[in-house]
Formats: sequence, structure tokens, C-alpha cells
Amino acid sequence: MTDIGFTSQGIAPRRTDTRSVAAKARLKARYRSNTRFRWYGISALAIASAFLVILITDIFTKGMPAFWQHSIVADVAVTEDIVDPDGKRDPSAILGADYMALARTALAAAVPGIEGRTQKKQLNDLLSSGAADELRTEVAAHPEMIGKTVKANFLLSDTADLYLKGDGTPIINSAPSLGTATPSATAGEITVLTTDTDFAAALVEVKKDIQSKAAALSAEADRLQRLNSGTTADRIAELRKDAKSLEARLSNPNSEEVLDGKIASHLVEINGGLVKVTKLASSVVTGDVLIPLKSTEAAAPGQWQLITYATPETDRSISDRGVAFLEHLRSNGHVEKQFNWRFFTAGDSREAELAGVRGAIVGSLLTLFVTMIICLPIGVLAAIYLEQFAPKNRLTDLIDININNLAAVPSIVFGLLGLAVFLNFFGLPRSAPLVGGLVLALLVLPTIIITSRAALRAVPPSVQEAALGIGASKQQAIFHHVLPLAMPGIMTGTIIGMAHALGETAPLLMIGMVAFIVDVPKGFTESATVLPVQIYLWSDLPEPAFQSKTAAAIIVLLTVLFVMNGAAIWLRKKFERRW
Amino acid sequence: MNNHIVKSYDIEFSELDRMTAEMGGHAEKLLADAFAALESRDPRLAEATVAGDRIIDELEAQLQERAVYMIAKRQPMANDLRHIMTVLKIAGDLERAGDLAKNIAKRALAVSNESHPKTLMNGLRHMAELAQRQLKDILDAFSSRDDKKALAVWRGDAGLDALYNSVFRELLTYMMEDPRNIGLCTHLLFAAKNIERIGDHTTNIAENIHYLVTGEILADDRPKSDDTSTLMPKSRTGLNG
Amino acid sequence: MDMSVAFDVNTALANGALVTPAGPPPKISAQGVNVHYGEKHALKDVCVNIAPRAVTSFIGPSGCGKSTFLRCINRMNDTVATCRVTGSILIDGEDIYDPAIDPVELRSRVGMVFQKPNPFPKSIYENVAYGPRIHALAANKGELDAIVERSLRKASLWEEVKDRLNESGTGLSGGQQQRLCIARTIAIDPEIILMDEPCSALDPIATARIEMLIEELRQAYTIVIVTHSMQQAARVSQRTAFFHLGTLVEEGETQAIFTRPSDQRTQDYITGRIG
Repeated sequence: MTDIGFTSQGIAPRRTDTRSVAAKARLKARYRSNTRFRWYGISALAIASAFLVILITDIFTKGMPAFWQHSIVADVAVTEDIVDPDGKRDPSAILGADYMALARTALAAAVPGIEGRTQKKQLNDLLSSGAADELRTEVAAHPEMIGKTVKANFLLSDTADLYLKGDGTPIINSAPSLGTATPSATAGEITVLTTDTDFAAALVEVKKDIQSKAAALSAEADRLQRLNSGTTADRIAELRKDAKSLEARLSNPNSEEVLDGKIASHLVEINGGLVKVTKLASSVVTGDVLIPLKSTEAAAPGQWQLITYATPETDRSISDRGVAFLEHLRSNGHVEKQFNWRFFTAGDSREAELAGVRGAIVGSLLTLFVTMIICLPIGVLAAIYLEQFAPKNRLTDLIDININNLAAVPSIVFGLLGLAVFLNFFGLPRSAPLVGGLVLALLVLPTIIITSRAALRAVPPSVQEAALGIGASKQQAIFHHVLPLAMPGIMTGTIIGMAHALGETAPLLMIGMVAFIVDVPKGFTESATVLPVQIYLWSDLPEPAFQSKTAAAIIVLLTVLFVMNGAAIWLRKKFERRW
Repeated sequence: MNNHIVKSYDIEFSELDRMTAEMGGHAEKLLADAFAALESRDPRLAEATVAGDRIIDELEAQLQERAVYMIAKRQPMANDLRHIMTVLKIAGDLERAGDLAKNIAKRALAVSNESHPKTLMNGLRHMAELAQRQLKDILDAFSSRDDKKALAVWRGDAGLDALYNSVFRELLTYMMEDPRNIGLCTHLLFAAKNIERIGDHTTNIAENIHYLVTGEILADDRPKSDDTSTLMPKSRTGLNG
Repeated sequence: MDMSVAFDVNTALANGALVTPAGPPPKISAQGVNVHYGEKHALKDVCVNIAPRAVTSFIGPSGCGKSTFLRCINRMNDTVATCRVTGSILIDGEDIYDPAIDPVELRSRVGMVFQKPNPFPKSIYENVAYGPRIHALAANKGELDAIVERSLRKASLWEEVKDRLNESGTGLSGGQQQRLCIARTIAIDPEIILMDEPCSALDPIATARIEMLIEELRQAYTIVIVTHSMQQAARVSQRTAFFHLGTLVEEGETQAIFTRPSDQRTQDYITGRIG
């Protein structure tokens, strides 16, 4: 009755080939390509996560130490003639007193045998310039402390702090001494004589070191010679001379060696004191006393020892004396390690140990607040208008395209725009969160408009129809029904936009937010900086302590970003509706 | 009739039509055989005819089952619905016609031993021939969906009624003339009545065809000329005169 | 197939639609309605009268314009920028496309139930209370509660949800959601309820409940329903209109349409033939 389909012709034999060897090979190849593709994906993921892990580990290992800080705990006499010479208990006078003098006195009391300006200075350099700030605020808050002796914390300088964190020199205690050692005096330049060849091993090490240095110099000279350039002739000659003089010192293996800053420091710990070796022979050393000896009695074998600071003095930022002082303080329980709250409560500083991110955090918050206040209403309303009310014509198409293009404009351009418009034309203050917020608002606005439009589009039209169908006006339908449903999406977009703004540096450089600002900003028009700019500034500083601070600030920034993104995800999950 | 989007629907309809036509053919043959058995007093033919009715009954049962399943399966609308309903009713009419023919065959068995004058059968033969023709025409009208032909059959039933009237009077006269004829004539009278009833079923079918084709129910009163229900043998003279 | 009785569409329209039938005046009267979507002529010269307090169903193949016409009755097409409607649609003799008529006010008189149940993602109570609230139908909380209960009862949903009015409307089953949508529509006390394939997303049991509800609502409202199920149209409606390619082919009593349609196109459509 009909000629369509297979009814009239019967069923044609199946022609698809699935059984032959070729077909099986094809099938296998398909599975292979499947597996291959999966492995590509897995390895891409592995590489990406490896990079991430390396980055995070690097930042954390560098940054975590910056969250801790060392200080000196010492008894300090809060003497009235220094703190309040007038005896009026005038708060401003108390605040203005020279607490640093108290701190220095307390420190000097903790370390014996400090003589002369140089030694005093070396000791005082261990303290931070802000070491007495804590005591100052405490005394100002409790004037009854004046005249008493109290326990106080004095912040150490960044070099001292770094040394205590292990970033100074490894300290090697040599093998137990075999001979009986006799020091010649308790202070000044002394000799220590031992009955055995206790220093022979050290002498061999030193000579080896000199030999390798001489070899390095010769190699360098050879290298320059091979370059065969006339201008380096002097340098080659100099290198050869140095190498030769070093080699000359090696000629006699038992001759004494003069130690200088380029060679690992050797010290003799004896009778409770410390002697820095300047001349080393196999059984006698000459040296300067760093920590005075208690007596000149002979010390029995095992009662004294040779100590080596493996890093040569010139290669580290802390002197041998500093190390000796700190080790002395540490062994006497004067050093305390505490969480670095100052990092979160202080503004920027030239002193690494005093620098904190509070100014930057507050600056970032103020800036973001301005950005948010401007962006959210403008962005959401623009999105609603474009998505729901705007007529579809050339003009709105043009606006559409331009918003999308704006999102791709390099951020520095917005900085230039901010500089030209807000600073030069409107005359707003430089470096202010207000201007920074405005510039970032320009930067983030396209993102917010685009994500808000996407969120509004994602609300099914049936919701709006339902509202219109029972006589709601278009505006009621949108504000009562569509917008609440789109809100999680809009919030997510806004938070991601804000996170973007938080991490932005380039446009802020253009409007002067890159200045060194110590004070924590208190208003929208005060000079301020923001977290990423702070990171940028610190990363530029030469002090090793600031490198650690930079990493710590990055950790803070990343944490804030993670929290913001986490909030975005949480908002989305909590308010997400299923239709 | 066909060209449904679902081809099997068309096939089901043509199957329904085929079964209806088959039933009609059987009914026609049954009527012819029954009358032949009556006329020729052939008991074997009569018995075969009685047995033949079962085929029609079975066909009707099958057809009804199919039609009900089609309604459940296809939920027919408009002319499809009318088609199925019409076929169901036609099948019922044909089944009844078959029963009536069987009844004639049974009576043929009962009177097969008695002799009866040939003239007595003339009227009956006319009736049977007319009824067969009507049946055939209505089946043609159904297969060709010919409303005009159906209406012609519908009107033609009046002739059968008229024939029945005259046969009735004739048989009544025989019975009054000789009471020994009463047994035979009663059977013949019933046979004539059965043929007339078959004619009535034919008109039912015609009405259904009209509904099938036009969607309208035939509302006019059919021309009736069967007045035997009001007829009484008042007097011999009355009848003769 | 041979149709012995040939019908002229215009004659049918003249008999069925344009000449006001005896009885109450039509609730909705459309005259020469044309709808264009941009270049597309979606509805051509539709003339139809829709009786009050009865169910009228629109049937026809997809894209035939039945939903478009339905959306003309509450001016839902206004929200489509490219849509242009000409002709007139009178409700109680008043042209709803008159500039003086506010579509928002109109939609409070002509409620609509959609194909997919679309309760607001809010509580059951809020779903029903939203309409009365924006139209200020209740003076206080007590009145609003009463409206919500009455509407839910009318939609025969009250017994099922009275203990969880504060739960989300989207947590109900499909059939319950659709009845909630009907309750939401009833709550604004409309005169006309438009239903756009209200059962197409529901199972047969839920469909049966909605159909029973439609039968009850007919006592109080004029109902226009678009459906793809001819059986449903036959079950719930008193009058049926068949749309084809943007034209109204035939309108008449449901019984007549489904047993003896006058137009060949209607017959081919409802019997499933290649038309």
C-alpha cells in the first residue's frame, strides 16, 4: 500500500563493519585517542597545580617569618628624671620623653662589658628605632609606672630579627677541646694558649678556604685573559697579585693566619666570655674580647671551645659582635618571639621591623568602598535598563559594543584618564582613596554591567511573564521578581569585579597612590596607598627584611581575595534558585 | 479515506471495511441459501445455512473487538469516529440480518416435508429477491460511501413493505380457506416477516451510511407501507373484495 | 475523501462568529485582528466572539497563531518590541487597544496561566498574595489571608498546602504548581482567565485535576484555553476555534467541531491526516 520505508523492500542487510580486524583496530585507536586525551588533560592540570603549589609555597616560606618578630625582654627602670623631669605628670610631656634612653640602659644592663662608643653603638644598633614605642604608650596609659622597675619588650632591629630567624650565619661548635686553655686577660686584645693543638683543624680549614679563594681568583684572571680585551689588563694583574699573596700565605701549613672579614669568623668561648680570633695558630690564638671573661684562670679541656660563624662577616648584615650579643641575650632568656601584630596595626615605615600593612589595608578598604558605592548602583541600573527597557536600535547596539570593549581596555589607560579628569580637571587631591575609587570604578563598571546583564538574562522570562500576567507593571515585575533572582549573580559579578579592583596597581600609580605614606588614612581625601601598591613599593626596597614583608603582604592580599571569592561562591550557593 | 499521517491507522480502517464487506457477503449468501432451502424444501441446504450463521457471528465479534481497541488506541475524531461507530452499527445490523436468515432456514427445515403450491412461493420469492438486492446495494453504497445510493435503498424499503403486505394477505387467505394450511402458512408468514425485518436492518444501515458521509442524522420519517400490524381478517368477503 | 458537504470559510465565519448568536452578548469580541512580528504576518483577519462564563478552546498546529491571539487578549504581546497589533478586540464592548486603556489595569481583569508552571520562587502564601497586594485588594493582613485562602480553595489546593503556606512554591509538584498559578490568577479576581497550554507539562492525573478545576471555574469566569490535546479541548470546552497558518478556520460548538467539522482543514487536523 505504500512504498515508503523498508516495509515494501524488506530489510536491507546491515553494512556497518564491526567485526573485521580493521574495524577492531579502528575501535582500539578510538579508545587510545580517548585515553591519550585524558592524559593530556591530567598532565595540563598537574602542571598548572604544580606551578600553583610552587608559587604558594614560595610565597608562604618567604612570608610566614614576617608574621613573627623578636624583641628583647628586660627589666627597665622608668626613672622620673627622664620620663617626667618636671614631675607634673603632663601626658604630652610623658609621651615626648626619651624612652629610647631607657631602652638602651636596660639593654646595656643585660649585656656585660660594653666599653667605648663603638661597642655601645653596636649594641644599640640591635634595637629598632621604634623599640621604645611600646613602653612609651604603656607608661602614658599608666603614669603610676613612673619610678618603678618594670619588665618591658624592646623591639629588635630588622637585622637582629633576621639573624634570630636564622637568616644570619650558621654557628658551628668545633670538637671538644683537648688541651687546657689559658687566657691572658679578661678584656681587650688577649691571647689564649692551649696545651694541645686544638686550633690545628681550624687552621687547616682556613687555609683550605684561602686556597679555594686563590684558585677562584686565578680562574677569574684566566677567564678575563681569554677574553683578551685590553681594558681588563689592570684588573687581571690585580687578580693575579691577590691570588699570589693568598698562595704565599699557604706556603707554610703551620704558620699562623691573620683572619679578616672575608674568612669565616672564629671565636673562643672561655670562662663565660667570648674572644674573637684575629690571629690563628695551631695552639695559640690572639683575639679581641667581645664578651668579657670572668677570670684569667686556665680552663680545663672540655670547659672551653672554639666556635665558628661559617658566613664571613663581610657577607652578612650583622657583625660578629652583634651575633655575640644576641647569642648572649638569647642564652640568658632575654629574647622573646611573638606574633607580629604590629604588621597589621602599623602603617608603612622605612624600618622593616616597624612597617605594617594597616595603612594599605585601610586605603584599600576606603578605595573599594568608593568603587562599590559608585559601581553597584550605576552598574546594576545600567544593566537593568540595557537588558529590559532599552529599545533595540543602533544607539543601544553601539553602547553595548562599547561596554564590551571597555572591559578589555588596559587598566593603565584608566589611570591616565583619572589623572587627566579627576586630578587635573576637577582638581581632586592626589593619592586619595576618593580618586583611586573613582578610577577603579571606571575600570570595574564594564565588568559589573556585563555580569549583571548576564545574571538578568539568566532569569527565565516566565518569571517576568507571570508577574505581568497578574497585572504587575514592568518595573514591579523587574524589581519584585527578576532582580531578586538575578541578585546572587550580580553580587558574584560585583565581588569578582571588586577583587579585580583590589588587585589593581597600574591605574593607581598614575594618580599618585604610589607615595610613601606612613599614616593610616582617616578619610577619603587623605593620602593613602593600597595593598598591591604597598607590595610593589616594598618589593623595590633593598633590605632583606622587606622581601619577607613583601611576601607577607602578598599573603594578606591573597587571603583577602580568597575570602572575597569565597563570599561570592557562598552567596551564589545560598541564594541560587532552581526553576 | 486514507492518507492519515500514521499509515497503520489507514490499514486498520481498510481492514474494518473489509470485514464489514465480508459480513455483508455472508449475510447476502445466507439469505439466498435460506430462501432456496425453503423453496426447494432441501433440508441439507437448510442445515448448512443454519450452521453458516455462526461465521457472521464470529466476524461481528472480531469486528467489535477491533473497533473498540481502535477507539482506545487512536482516540478517533470527526469522520474517523463516525466511521468506527457506523461500522459497529452496520455489523450489528448485518448480524441481526444473518440471524433472521438463519430463522428462515430453520423454518425451511420445519416445512420441508409438507407440500405447498408453487404459487404460494411467488410473493415470497419476490420479497427475497428484493431484500437481497437491497442488501447488495447498501453494501455497495457503504464501500463507495455513496450517500445517494444509500438514500435510494432507504426509500426502496417501502417496496419490500408493500410486498410483505400482499404476501401477508395472501397467506391469510390460504389459512382461512383451509385450516390445514395454517401450520405451513404460519411458517411462511414468519419467513416473510423475517425478510421484511432484514429490509428494516438495511434501512438502518442506510441511515448510518448517511451519518457517516454527512455527519448528520437522517431525521425524516421513512415512507412506510407495512400496515399489517393494524390489519385484521374481519371477514372473508372483506378480504376477497 | 469526498466531502459531500462543501463549506465556505467565510460562510462559516459569518454563521459562527460575526453574527452575534442568540443569548448573552459576547464577553470578548475580536474584529479583524492582524498581528505582525516584524516582517512576519502571524495572525490574519481574525474575527471571533467568545461567550461569557464558558470555556473556549483554541486548537491548531504549532505556530498557527493561537497563542499569539491569546496573548493579544491581555496585551501580553506589548512586551514584544517587534509586535504590531491592528484591528480591535472588545471586552464587554470596550476596545482594549484603545490608548486610554492601561495594559497593566487590563491584565488585572484578564489573568493568564502559562504553559510551564511558573510560580514565583517565593512562599506559597506570597505567590497568591502578590497580586492582591500590588492591586491593593486587601486593607489589612486579615483580608489578605482571607483572599489567599479563598483563592487556594477555589483552585482546590487549600487542603494540600494549608499547613505549609510558608514553604516555597517551587517545591510543589508540577500539578500543584499549576494550580498555585491558577490560584494566583484567581486572587486578583479577574473576569477572564487565559490559559496557554496549562497541562502540557503535567501527568494525566494532574491534568485531570486541572480539567476538573476548569470545569468549576467556568461558573464564574470566562475561560480561554490554548491546547494541543484535542481530547482536552473536547473535554473542557463548550466552544472550539481552529487556527491554521495564522487564520481562524472554524469556530463553533465543541461537539460539532469534533464530530462533524465543516472545514476540510479542521477535519484533516483533528483526525491526524496530511492536510
